[in-house]
Amino acid sequence: MSLNRNDIENIARLARLELAEAEIPVYVDSLTRIFDFVGELDRAPTEGIAPMAHPLPGLAQRLRADEVTEADAHERYQRNAPRVEAGLYLVPKVIE
Amino acid sequence: MAQSLPEPTVAALARGLAAGRYSAVELTRACLARVEAAQPQLNAFITITAEAALAAAAAADAARAAGRAGPLTGVPIAHKDIFCTSDVRTTCGSKMLANFVSPYDATIVSKLAAAGTVNLGKLNMDEFAMGSSNETSHFGPVRNPWDTARVPGGSSGGSAAAVAARIAPAATATDTGGSIRQPAALCGVTGIKPTYGRVSRYGMIAFASSLDQAGLITVSAEDAALLLGAMAGFDPRDSTSVDSPVPDYAAALDAPLAGLRIGLVREFFEKGLDAECEARIREAIAVYEKLGARVQEVSCPNLPLSVPTYYVVAPAECSSNLARFDGVRFGHRCESPRNLTDLYSRSRGEGFGAEVKRRIMTGTYVLSAGYYDAYYLKAQRVRQLISADFARAFESVDLLLGPTSPTTAFEIGAKVDDPITMYLNDIYTIGANLAGLPGMSIPVGFAGGLPVGLQLIGPHFSEARMLNAAHRYQLETDWHLRAPAAFA
Amino acid sequence: MQWETVIGLEIHAQLATRSKIFSSSATAYGAAPNTQANLVDLGYPGVLPVLNGEAVRMAVRFGLSIGARIARHSVFARKNYFYPDLPKGYQISQYELPIVAEGALEIVLDDGTRKRVGITRAHLEEDAGKSLHEGLPGVSGIDLNRAGTPLIEIVSEPDMRSAQEAVAYMKKVHTLVRYLGICDGNMQEGSFRCDANVSVRPKGQEKFGTRAEIKNLNSFRFVEKAINYEVERQIELIESGGKVVQETRLYDPDKGETRSMRSKEEANDYRYFPDPDLLPVVIDDSYIETVRSQLPELPDEKAARFVRDYGLSEYDAGVLTASREFGAFYEDVVQRVGKEPKLCANWVMGDLAAFLNKDNLEIGASKVDAAALAGLVTRIVDATISGKIAKDVFEAMWESGESADAIIEQKGLRQITDTSAIERAIEDVMAKNPGQLADYRSGKDKLFGFFVGQVMKATGGKANPAQLNELLKKKLAG
Repeated sequence: MSLNRNDIENIARLARLELAEAEIPVYVDSLTRIFDFVGELDRAPTEGIAPMAHPLPGLAQRLRADEVTEADAHERYQRNAPRVEAGLYLVPKVIE
Repeated sequence: MAQSLPEPTVAALARGLAAGRYSAVELTRACLARVEAAQPQLNAFITITAEAALAAAAAADAARAAGRAGPLTGVPIAHKDIFCTSDVRTTCGSKMLANFVSPYDATIVSKLAAAGTVNLGKLNMDEFAMGSSNETSHFGPVRNPWDTARVPGGSSGGSAAAVAARIAPAATATDTGGSIRQPAALCGVTGIKPTYGRVSRYGMIAFASSLDQAGLITVSAEDAALLLGAMAGFDPRDSTSVDSPVPDYAAALDAPLAGLRIGLVREFFEKGLDAECEARIREAIAVYEKLGARVQEVSCPNLPLSVPTYYVVAPAECSSNLARFDGVRFGHRCESPRNLTDLYSRSRGEGFGAEVKRRIMTGTYVLSAGYYDAYYLKAQRVRQLISADFARAFESVDLLLGPTSPTTAFEIGAKVDDPITMYLNDIYTIGANLAGLPGMSIPVGFAGGLPVGLQLIGPHFSEARMLNAAHRYQLETDWHLRAPAAFA
Repeated sequence: MQWETVIGLEIHAQLATRSKIFSSSATAYGAAPNTQANLVDLGYPGVLPVLNGEAVRMAVRFGLSIGARIARHSVFARKNYFYPDLPKGYQISQYELPIVAEGALEIVLDDGTRKRVGITRAHLEEDAGKSLHEGLPGVSGIDLNRAGTPLIEIVSEPDMRSAQEAVAYMKKVHTLVRYLGICDGNMQEGSFRCDANVSVRPKGQEKFGTRAEIKNLNSFRFVEKAINYEVERQIELIESGGKVVQETRLYDPDKGETRSMRSKEEANDYRYFPDPDLLPVVIDDSYIETVRSQLPELPDEKAARFVRDYGLSEYDAGVLTASREFGAFYEDVVQRVGKEPKLCANWVMGDLAAFLNKDNLEIGASKVDAAALAGLVTRIVDATISGKIAKDVFEAMWESGESADAIIEQKGLRQITDTSAIERAIEDVMAKNPGQLADYRSGKDKLFGFFVGQVMKATGGKANPAQLNELLKKKLAG
């Protein structure tokens, strides 16, 4: 399995990661090696084996009571926000 | 180096505090002096919270004076900087969160505070816990106290180095693919990764949610038992936390090992294991035989596939978990974004380091259209096989024993250019994460002057038995009490 | 060429829980920005989702009401994409294993025929926040109060063939979710909205055409207009040699047209995978049976019962069961009156509905309640007043809030049923109109109406019509 520059650029775009020009060949190389390495999995006999999404078998989702227990704390939560105005998080204009 | 601590272990310090041989404030001052002194050499801490620690210590002393002291009141510890703390920034070793102050405490932070422990500060780690050498931290590498040219292991390198250098008596840590056990081995300390779901993940910044588990790095198994009892338990805020009672780990420590069935995983001894490390492991196994354990070989044929399985599953989950770092509500935001896409791409491109970006891209790829079945689903099926291998092994044995890491600590910079070589450091530890099993590493001697760790893996929720087995070994040996000369 | 339209709807209904689907924040509408967004809703580092049991119960309620299969084991997945109203960078939804699958609803078309619309699936998911643009030059403001509000997304089969059918189906679902008490149905506030998948194909062709998805339609009228516009656009496009592209479009109600949403186009690879923070939702038979036992009578069942028990037409039964409240009001009136269910229906669907409409009131806020209306109908049934007088009494009741009896007393509207009084009035009219009397008696039967009118006039409309007829016939005959 070999990835090229275009693959890396597409993945980076999907993941919203801007890469410096110098980083691209590094990732072309290392991701190619990683996918060669994980290609070993092809040999595993997995026919009829269910995918395992969770490490503990047989557990079920717990259901919470429908209760409101949270008070407004937006000012505290917004202390970490880079840009806020009138209680809103600001971002460059969203064009729909 | 500043004056050594009055005792090496949490258990002994707790007794000292209870007997009034020193106050929590005195003990905390002694720890802080060592923390400060070691920082230039080890870089174990990202943030030191001296003032808050002294205030907590004073409160602990007051509680003791009022007759309200528990077994851990006044014991200083430190938290891996992956756990959210509301009084001080939580960076996760990343530029992305360099200025992030959590509005809340992780459940384990609250629980350990409620037990009376004193937090000395936040420990260095690989960025977002992605690494096996602590070299990916935005705050610089941590150094191994046994040889400061070498790595302490990772991602909980700060936790392992701090405990090994006896600057913090114990530290919290997390383990997604070996991040507690591997640095514990490389630094010659005791590390425990509990069963998935045993300890709450609430407030622990997620790397790979189905693999992450919080645990401890301590000097001894007894210390781990004392602290785990305070840390473990059901948390209604974590859907994956298991609602079953926490056993009295300390009470189970002394049980005799006669009749204990130990399995040696054949695949762990096949290739890649350093000969001198293997010799230490075999010697440790001999100690167990002397203690009355019965040793047999078992096979987990799919276990060699655990690393490639992990490098599909963990990046897939991380690519999604780290999508929330977008420069909008918290974390790094680029200067003057031109538009929305630019805001996301540059904030993330600048805020994440190289290894984190590599894993996000790997994970994005394995989940994307056309590759999901071939990579993600395939890996989750192999994960099932690996899990089944363990389950089969535990039909005939109580615990599995083997190496924690294929080698001792390597030199800083030696493996940074080759991700695969770096990933293979976790070849023995990843299986337990994939299957959600508890695992430990305990020091069992030295190879070339560097510590070697023995790994114990048990069935789900067998922490008490595992701690018991580790403790009995530590009663027979003193490897866990050896400290690096430079920090003695 | 003859074209056939193919429509499938994805309806998003906000579930009427108090707290959010994965957090304990309130779901109330209209709060100040971000005051109902807690750490989980904001996607803060380290926080985790815990599922609201009530949202599950509501989804099961819906599933049972459409005859669907309830999954014993359903799974939450992450739908990954970057958007400012999506704080975690993924939406928690259900993908491969939804909680509800394979149901159906029946709609009634204008010509009275019935049509079955298949419902592929209904799954639980979290709503996103909102981007606000007004008053913010060059930037958008993000309000995450709505983020994490539970939604049930109801996905139909592409079974509808016209905008009218789509609207009829959407109305049917709207009625149903309100009957079930799982959604307030408020479309202005966005509690109930839909995306329409629209395509066209040459009549007779089996293969579907390429579809466009029109996002976020929040009124029945917009659904109809947007679909009709889109159908025309697609047909024109194809007929002029163009090709429909699969894309997301937005309906602009001001311009009455749909346009392409560029921003949503590129992020099509959602990279769904099971959410490792949540475990499978496991539902057993006893849970399902408990929910089933708590289901209210559903609209179709109620309408059938109205036809059967009250002798109503299907049309009337359909109107009266359009909402649970309306049906309950009607039944309350019928029970109080104790007879004449058809007459009761006429009053509820006629004058009452007209007055509600005039004052733009919901039935719950009616100025004449069921007891009062029953009081009025009872006075018609017992012949205290005529149906005609009753209309005036109803209007007075609506304005004053007084009972029918009080108004009848005050205004002296009680019907005259005293035979001798009616006879006196008849004799008086006959005496005053000897010419007409002679004509009538010589065979001009049509003049009977004239005499009825004169007597009614003389009695202020209060003479009992049946009695009047009988007595008048006798007297005129001499």
